[in-house]
Amino acid sequence: MRAIHILQERCVVLPLNNVDTDQIIPARFLKGTVRDGLGAKLFADWRYDPEGKPRPDFILNQPAARDARVLIAGDNFGCGSSREHAPWALLDFGFQAVVSTSFADIFRGNSLKNGLLPIVVDSETHHQFSSNSGCEVTINLETCTIIRPDGAAISFPIDAFARHCLMNGVDELTHLLGQEEAIATYERRLP
Amino acid sequence: MKKRTLFEKVWDEHIVCPETEQTPAVLYIDLHLIHEVTSPQAFTQLSELRLGVRRPERVIATMDHSTPTDAPAPGGRRVVRDSQAAAQLRQLQINCDKHKILLHDLDHPQQGIIHVIAPEIGYTQPGMTIVCGDSHTSTHGAFGALAFGIGTSEVAHVLATQCLLQRRPKTFAIHVNGRLPRGVTSKDLILSIIAKIGVGGATGHVIEYRGSTIDALSMEERMTVCNMSIEAGARAGMIAPDETTFAYLADRPASVDRQKASERWHDLRSDEGAAYDRELTFDASDLEPMITFGTNPEMAIPIRAPIPKPNDNVSVQKALQYMGLSSGRSLLGQAIDVVFIGSCTNGRLLDLRHAASVVKGRKVAPGVRMFVVPGSQTVKKQAEAEGLDHVFRQAGAEWREPGCSMCIAMNGDHLEPGAYCVSTSNRNFEGRQGAGGRTFLASPLTAAASAIRGTITDVRELMGAP
Repeated sequence: MRAIHILQERCVVLPLNNVDTDQIIPARFLKGTVRDGLGAKLFADWRYDPEGKPRPDFILNQPAARDARVLIAGDNFGCGSSREHAPWALLDFGFQAVVSTSFADIFRGNSLKNGLLPIVVDSETHHQFSSNSGCEVTINLETCTIIRPDGAAISFPIDAFARHCLMNGVDELTHLLGQEEAIATYERRLP
Repeated sequence: MKKRTLFEKVWDEHIVCPETEQTPAVLYIDLHLIHEVTSPQAFTQLSELRLGVRRPERVIATMDHSTPTDAPAPGGRRVVRDSQAAAQLRQLQINCDKHKILLHDLDHPQQGIIHVIAPEIGYTQPGMTIVCGDSHTSTHGAFGALAFGIGTSEVAHVLATQCLLQRRPKTFAIHVNGRLPRGVTSKDLILSIIAKIGVGGATGHVIEYRGSTIDALSMEERMTVCNMSIEAGARAGMIAPDETTFAYLADRPASVDRQKASERWHDLRSDEGAAYDRELTFDASDLEPMITFGTNPEMAIPIRAPIPKPNDNVSVQKALQYMGLSSGRSLLGQAIDVVFIGSCTNGRLLDLRHAASVVKGRKVAPGVRMFVVPGSQTVKKQAEAEGLDHVFRQAGAEWREPGCSMCIAMNGDHLEPGAYCVSTSNRNFEGRQGAGGRTFLASPLTAAASAIRGTITDVRELMGAP
């Protein structure tokens, strides 16, 4: 995983609450055995009509979305299925962060493990971004702040360990493998 | 001594390294369930890192998600026509062979949906930590286990270390009291709870279901409740084990030494006066059969109630547009195309008995296709021993092989665009049962009644005098 410190990118707004992972990546695209290539199927049923032609009214098909790397999403983004294919698809499409007022637990965990930043902001900050689609978003992991369109730097919460992994480009598994002695001691106690 | 909740007892018991501000807890995992869809990339990661599976005897595998449910030719084997699904299933076989993991493949006499087979074989036990790359792992909480869904990266973590890094979730007690009225099942109860607290209502929490209504439920019914905890955003759902639990476990093939286990099991209940982060009390005695009208499980209403007005709620507006429905009227009489009985929510023997009790001696309405998909080979055999397959076939329903089938629609069983389906599964998300398909979630009783009439039906109208 590459290390992330500061991200400065354009955003695009998907103003819906409770977007589930079945929308992010429909189940019929989960029959592969690799992580790559899912970006083409991101939001497939919203992006394409049944004949496979792009729906011009869907936000990701509009020119403004072309170089957007931050998705401004609604409340409880990523609810439903635990499929890690959802952050894989968002990353493969080009997103590096999702900003919302809240995330579903499993999606948030899966995203952090893949270097997709799930940033939780208050509703006023969220409103500023939602009404400024295409604006630039600066997310700073060093200071745990996000810069709003009005210039204010707003703090966001992020788990200290997840932040450490993101900023150093390390995997959680490395940390777990380092706990071998404690795990072996625990296992000796098992009935 | 500190009074602890059921969750805290199970959590504390599994701490390998305690949580600090800098690092999450290292939590030991007793049982790891895997299936074909969310495991291949995890095994690939292990190979790349030259890691093995630490405790293969603690891993149980099945084929369920992308598996076809067509009956094999007499004496033949189940055939997978979709080449991508076939490759995925083959990969699971290879990974399990290589790492000596017990696999319930398509020819195995106990094959079925992972959340149906693990309890029925007896792998699921009180007080365990259980994970699976599947959000409906919350099902196993019905036994007083801490069971939750994980992503594929975490599947790799557990395969390699038998542990997970976890922050301690909050606790949420839902007290349910009163007797469920006639025609109202545990599916209606959980849909009512989700409608009340919302699809994100329990995010960050482990729910403990308690109270007289829960005490009176069978294990199958408790599994239905815990199964849908994730649909309220909960990390897990739990129910303290009791005599109902112990009786269910008594004759399971993989059961442990109960003499030794039972002392520990009896302590698996929240201490009197233990504090929860959140509590909610719910009266079950005035519940009605529930049905969803929209595109997530909180959009659920009593079956005779009108569809609510969306007002300025964009998500509800979008949902009604997708569903082709308008507010102000009830769903009764709404024409349907398909009925699906099955899934990890409602694919157990009790669910099939419920559906069969309604269908018996009647015919599925012309133009309606009714799929009955047992949750496992064991459920299928038990149902056949009771003649339920005959009841369904006589009515014109399809009796199929076990799998997730039309709950997730990645195995060839799916709705056509625009089709309406009353489904006993857990998600009515857009396209969940097939691109463009439109789902009404309900109990097996309501689904069966709707199959008979060909329209959404209040099952109490078909039940006769009590």
